[in-house]
Amino acid sequence: MPDFASPRSRRLILAALVSAALAVPILKATRASAADKGPIRIGFLTVKTGALAAGGRQMEEGLALYLDQHQGQLAGRKIEVVTLDTAGQPATTKTRTQEAVERYQVHAIIGPLAAFEALAINDYVKQAKVPVISPSAAAEDLTQRNLNPWFVRAVTTSAQMNHPLGEYAAKVLKYKRIATIGDDFAFGHETTAGFQRTFEENGGKIVQKLWSPLNVADYGSYVGDLKTDVDAVYASFAGANGLRFLRQYAEYGLKGKVPVLGNMTTVDEGILKNMGDEAVGVVSSGWYSAAIDNPENHKFVEAYRKKYDADPGYYSAGAYTAAFFLDLALQKIKGNIEDKDAFMKALRSLDIKDSFRGPMHIDKYGNPDLTIYIRKVERKNGRLVNAVVQTYPNVSQFWKMSPQDFLKSPVYSRSFPEAKNLEK
Amino acid sequence: MRFFLIQSLNGLALGGLLFLLSSGFSLIFGLMRVANLAHGAFFMLGAYVGLSALRAGLNFFWAVLAGGLAIAILGGFTERFLLRRLAGKTLAQVLITLGIAFIIGDASLLVWSGDPMPLPIPQALSGAVPVAGIFFPKYRLAVVVISVVVFVVLWLALERTRIGAMIRAGVDDMEMARGLGIAVPRLFTIVFCAGAALAGMGGVLGGPILSVYPGLDMDMLPLALIVLILGGAGNLLGAFAGSYFIGFLYTFGQALLPDLAYVILFLPMVAALALRPQGLFRLRAA
Repeated sequence: MPDFASPRSRRLILAALVSAALAVPILKATRASAADKGPIRIGFLTVKTGALAAGGRQMEEGLALYLDQHQGQLAGRKIEVVTLDTAGQPATTKTRTQEAVERYQVHAIIGPLAAFEALAINDYVKQAKVPVISPSAAAEDLTQRNLNPWFVRAVTTSAQMNHPLGEYAAKVLKYKRIATIGDDFAFGHETTAGFQRTFEENGGKIVQKLWSPLNVADYGSYVGDLKTDVDAVYASFAGANGLRFLRQYAEYGLKGKVPVLGNMTTVDEGILKNMGDEAVGVVSSGWYSAAIDNPENHKFVEAYRKKYDADPGYYSAGAYTAAFFLDLALQKIKGNIEDKDAFMKALRSLDIKDSFRGPMHIDKYGNPDLTIYIRKVERKNGRLVNAVVQTYPNVSQFWKMSPQDFLKSPVYSRSFPEAKNLEK
Repeated sequence: MRFFLIQSLNGLALGGLLFLLSSGFSLIFGLMRVANLAHGAFFMLGAYVGLSALRAGLNFFWAVLAGGLAIAILGGFTERFLLRRLAGKTLAQVLITLGIAFIIGDASLLVWSGDPMPLPIPQALSGAVPVAGIFFPKYRLAVVVISVVVFVVLWLALERTRIGAMIRAGVDDMEMARGLGIAVPRLFTIVFCAGAALAGMGGVLGGPILSVYPGLDMDMLPLALIVLILGGAGNLLGAFAGSYFIGFLYTFGQALLPDLAYVILFLPMVAALALRPQGLFRLRAA
């Protein structure tokens, strides 16, 4: 099988496809008749350049591993992946999506990486009626107030994976007062808001909320500003920022004095490998950990380590799950993806009894109910791992509320839920 | 009081880092009138080279030199074989430096992968020291000291050496310098190499604080631009004062009015451009 992950062969494929573009009208005619026998074309929107490229590469690895394990075939049909670089830019993402649909005539899309990219293509996807499996984008409203019948999430919403942590912090860790700090963009706002809601519902108080710009040069001034008389600090970071924050947190001598809680990406396996002692002890919650103890996950982690010499994390496990969803839905409809409605129906009614991430069930809104893991960073055999300390089974994106009640509130943001317990 | 002290120290540390970044940028612009948009990329590449040197077993001091040397050579090539061919065409030169920035960015992604990586703090400088009742990271204080040392060395080189005199002459009046028989092209190469070396060393020194990751280049470039505009082009004292001014402004802006951090940062730049285009700190008469 050609290695679609390498940029060189990707360029070759692109070049071939671009030169073939002139012949598209002819191809269209022949494709329609040979559709039931030809390969299934998957548009894979990833990020190969810029600040998000590390996550993009891990997504490519996760997808490539799944296809490798199935000899490039799902439900008896060959899978052809068209990899497109969105550069982490919403405008480019839209162009690439159009390219995937109109020029490469893909049957479905896996991607994109970031929430703002997913939002940028949402309307186009609805209009073009192309199935999208999201391997990473967590924006709440994609499966809540801005529904898209062509969209299914292989991960969770931002808050879904943080609601349990808020309860855990209040009930199990018995924390009373917590300060939060996070990236000043939607993912940071939504994750922090989810944590705040359940923490305060269980009697805790958020006494300080800090937001740092996504590309801030230095966390020194923020770390210096954090309250030190709190029970813990909740840190919500994405990309490289968790690594930088935790390091400076330790540098200022706060590690060991005030414990750190984090969202999933603050201590993601993708950056954990470059961290040191500063990360040990951080408690976080997420829909995955490379340390989940079940046979399927052992197999997955072992295969991933063997191929890429690293532990899978958010992006790789997300893309791997997206391919897994695609596989299951294709099997249900015997590979006949040309019947888009049947494919979408199969995808949106997935009810997985067990997987490397535990049971998963797609709800009415296209988002899975699943197990959320409370993890703690520990050093095992010389490497840092997110050891699972507690599991919350069957967590819905609406937490313990009914969808109707939950959706009555505005979407999570910087200002919702309101922080009533801030101290000056 | 604690707040004020800790943020002041933070401002100092950031200022020191900014001076290492922008002194070279300012020198190059002052002499050659080229805004070297690859300067952020030089800074990032320096950090990557330093990281590789550290991984190869060199100690931090040699890693800083390795980063500086590698980027000096790269800068020399850039000036000699690309910029010189376009002498006089400033716009084309600026665009070429932008192209180089993108090439370095993508090539680094290929070589060092996209994973963010922190540079380890040298053993002797790790940990925190008590400063008036608070704990402050030793390494950050060291960065301040290094920036002051670099400033003094550069100042002496500019004010007390023959080459320095030639550079000053070139900054003040290029035509006259040429007329006096100063070998301006050679001067350009020297200054570009030196500026690039400063960026490369700055990258390694900044590595333990900032980490190195794809995008670091474009995070740093605007800061160098602001310092240049506030400090005035080719003015070492201006770059020094500008760096510390921005370091303080940025730190206190973030801490006191976090929602307006960038407004506070860029507003002085806009004001300076509109009201005092020669720079706020242009102390020496042009």
